[in-house]
Amino acid sequence: MSNVENNHTARYAVGIDLGTTHCVLSYVELHSDQDPAPHHVMPIPQLTSPGSVKDKMQLPSFIYQAHAAELAEGDTTLPWNIKPDTIVGSMARELGSKTPIRLVSSAKSWLCHGGVDRHQAFLPLNSPEEVTKVSPIEATYQYLMHMRSAWDFRFPDTALVDQDVTITVPASFDPSARDLTTEAAQRAGFKNLTLLEEPQSAVYSWLESSNDSWRNQVNVGDIILVIDIGGGTTDLSLVAVTEDDGNLSLNRVAVGDHILLGGDNMDLALAYQVKTKLAQEGKTLAPWQILAITHSCRDAKEILLTDPEIHSVPIVIPGRGAKLLGATLRSELTKQEVMASLVDGFFPEVGIHDHPVHQARGALKQMGLPYAQDVAICRHLAAFLCRQQAAANELLGQNNTGEFIQPTAILFNGGVLKAPVLSERIMSVINRWLSDVGAEQAKLLAGADLDLAVAKGAAYYGSVRKGKGVRIRGGIASAYYVGIESAMPAIPGMNPPVEALCVAPFGMEEGSIAEGSGQEFGLIVGEPVSFRFFVSTTRRDDKAGTLLDYWEPVELEELAEIQANLPVEGRKAGEIVPVQLASRVTEVGTLCLEAIPSDGSAKWQVEFDVRAS
Amino acid sequence: MNIDVTAMPATIDLLHVSLVTMTLIFFILFLIKSKRKIPDATEISESPAVAEPLAEPLAEPLAEPLAEHVTEPLTTSQLKKTSPDSALQLLALLQQEARFIDFIQEDLLDYSDADIGAAARVVHEGGQKVLKEYFSLAAVREEQEESRISLPDGFDATAIRLTGNVIGQAPYTGTLVHRGWKATEVKLPKLVEGHDVSIIAPAEVGL
Repeated sequence: MSNVENNHTARYAVGIDLGTTHCVLSYVELHSDQDPAPHHVMPIPQLTSPGSVKDKMQLPSFIYQAHAAELAEGDTTLPWNIKPDTIVGSMARELGSKTPIRLVSSAKSWLCHGGVDRHQAFLPLNSPEEVTKVSPIEATYQYLMHMRSAWDFRFPDTALVDQDVTITVPASFDPSARDLTTEAAQRAGFKNLTLLEEPQSAVYSWLESSNDSWRNQVNVGDIILVIDIGGGTTDLSLVAVTEDDGNLSLNRVAVGDHILLGGDNMDLALAYQVKTKLAQEGKTLAPWQILAITHSCRDAKEILLTDPEIHSVPIVIPGRGAKLLGATLRSELTKQEVMASLVDGFFPEVGIHDHPVHQARGALKQMGLPYAQDVAICRHLAAFLCRQQAAANELLGQNNTGEFIQPTAILFNGGVLKAPVLSERIMSVINRWLSDVGAEQAKLLAGADLDLAVAKGAAYYGSVRKGKGVRIRGGIASAYYVGIESAMPAIPGMNPPVEALCVAPFGMEEGSIAEGSGQEFGLIVGEPVSFRFFVSTTRRDDKAGTLLDYWEPVELEELAEIQANLPVEGRKAGEIVPVQLASRVTEVGTLCLEAIPSDGSAKWQVEFDVRAS
Repeated sequence: MNIDVTAMPATIDLLHVSLVTMTLIFFILFLIKSKRKIPDATEISESPAVAEPLAEPLAEPLAEPLAEHVTEPLTTSQLKKTSPDSALQLLALLQQEARFIDFIQEDLLDYSDADIGAAARVVHEGGQKVLKEYFSLAAVREEQEESRISLPDGFDATAIRLTGNVIGQAPYTGTLVHRGWKATEVKLPKLVEGHDVSIIAPAEVGL
């Protein structure tokens, strides 16, 4: 799968922000007369209620599996399809709010959940048997197909699959989640595809909007901390500024964990606060009312956080029936409550050593998304900065012996940070950490479009790939290891210790190959062999083939296991073939592990997403 | 077209506020039917489509016909019938977001102002959402209300109404009493062919 072929036919660079709760499609013309080429966000036609279609800038990432008796003939007609099989977007979310057993949501979070088989159709989760289920990949495919159809309907002469498409993924997506996103996109027909990390995309958008003045905002030696707080996830990255032939150059040096924590959690926190208040007045709420409160709380939050004049906002929940008067519940949300639960709850003024309790991802076996247990984003931030203490040392030629890496500039992304109170709080917390160690204050980078930066940056990246503008270097932001049980005499009651063999070193760039780890594995032909798989975001110096017999628990994190399956083809069944593991980063931006027999006679793909047998 | 403007309500209560809201909605619908996209006031003045006499949806007295149109022979066939589709669609949106019909159909006499106030918030919040989402609204005149403004010859009589001591020739100088509203863009959802718009809100049955 190369993205180089067919490029001559592409007229647009298209960026798709495939969000947990919303998708946005942005595009620029590649060979525009204007410089810079104007940016467009494509309005996406979608059903807003049965039988009515409206253009919206965002496509809510939801699928509704309607019952056959639920909708009338023609209620789901789209401009390009009289009778679509699935309902995607606004109407899916609306119908699902009253019938959650038929609503598919958070497919993206499931894509990076190693504890489940992501090819298996299990969404909507825990719904009755007769509801049609889809896999997280199928859901992702449906969102992409909707956008593809919308594009092709709007631009019939330039099919979306022929354009240069960049899809953004969280920086914290592991190799399998990236693979699965690519798989969904390829199923949707995308030919010239690239993946881009969301925080990097935000940086690209900032580069573009600053129109070359970014060179005045940062200098060599600067470390930019990108904080991206979306609806469902929080994503962190560090970008170091270096010099290359007299020009400033940007390097993404570290990415944070996948934190399932975002704006939706804040709305929910407020809704439960209102619920408690109503309960004290003796009024109990039905589940659908919680949802109604959540919507009102979102609006109230935005007003209270942005308007200093307003001290309380009433929250009203109308009754369900046609009777409105007397059946409407009323409560209110005060500024004090919002400040206490959001500002102090989600962004508390903590010390740099105050970290969330570490939750190992591999340990979560139950069905359910691994939501962050600690809602304090500042604690996650402190943990990230401490863990990445040495991230930029080598690149910037520094020797940071402090306890945490010291960012000199901050770039925000995500609608949550539009509230000045929240962005100011984050800045003050970080700056206090910095001043405590006598470092200079970090500056906030101006000119970011918090809502659309990811989609816009992704479209801009398409033209950067054509050689225009600065490209952020980075490669893979982790090193990957397979676990090998060490050969030692069996001790009863004790598992043999595991050694970790580095198969993909930190910072491998697109198109590069790390071959010959040296270590041979005996694989049985015709039988799947699984390996334990580990990731590290801090071990930067391990080469391919490095064998670790000891590591700190925080250094390596176990991912879902991976599997190699050697076909019998040309060999005897049951034969043991010695192989080596090699890794490659594809042009799309995914990691690819291969098992290569020592005689070099073939190559077998190692699967990241082990399917349940 | 005779409307008794002297029959003003003696007191202004919620019911009349609601009636005014209805009036406004019908006025907006009238604009939609006249022209899907109306860029700005100056264009309105050149658009004969808007100047067409249109009776029913307007509860306010209509402006005098434009001078240039008086010279044209008026025929009765110029009255066009409005399609109820957009009107019903807007009612459906207002009901969905603002519980508009539920509210108007209630008898307010039985309730306290606190109850009415709580419900009015639902209607107001939702109604505002509908206006914001589906219409772009702007003032017809940007000047401060109660300030003196001057109108040149050939001003758009649809967009600006002269009242009081209306005599003499242009330019006219007077006080801007109300700055007016115009829809600069209408973004109503498209309807699927054959969709039954008469169902403003479906009956809901929980299983």
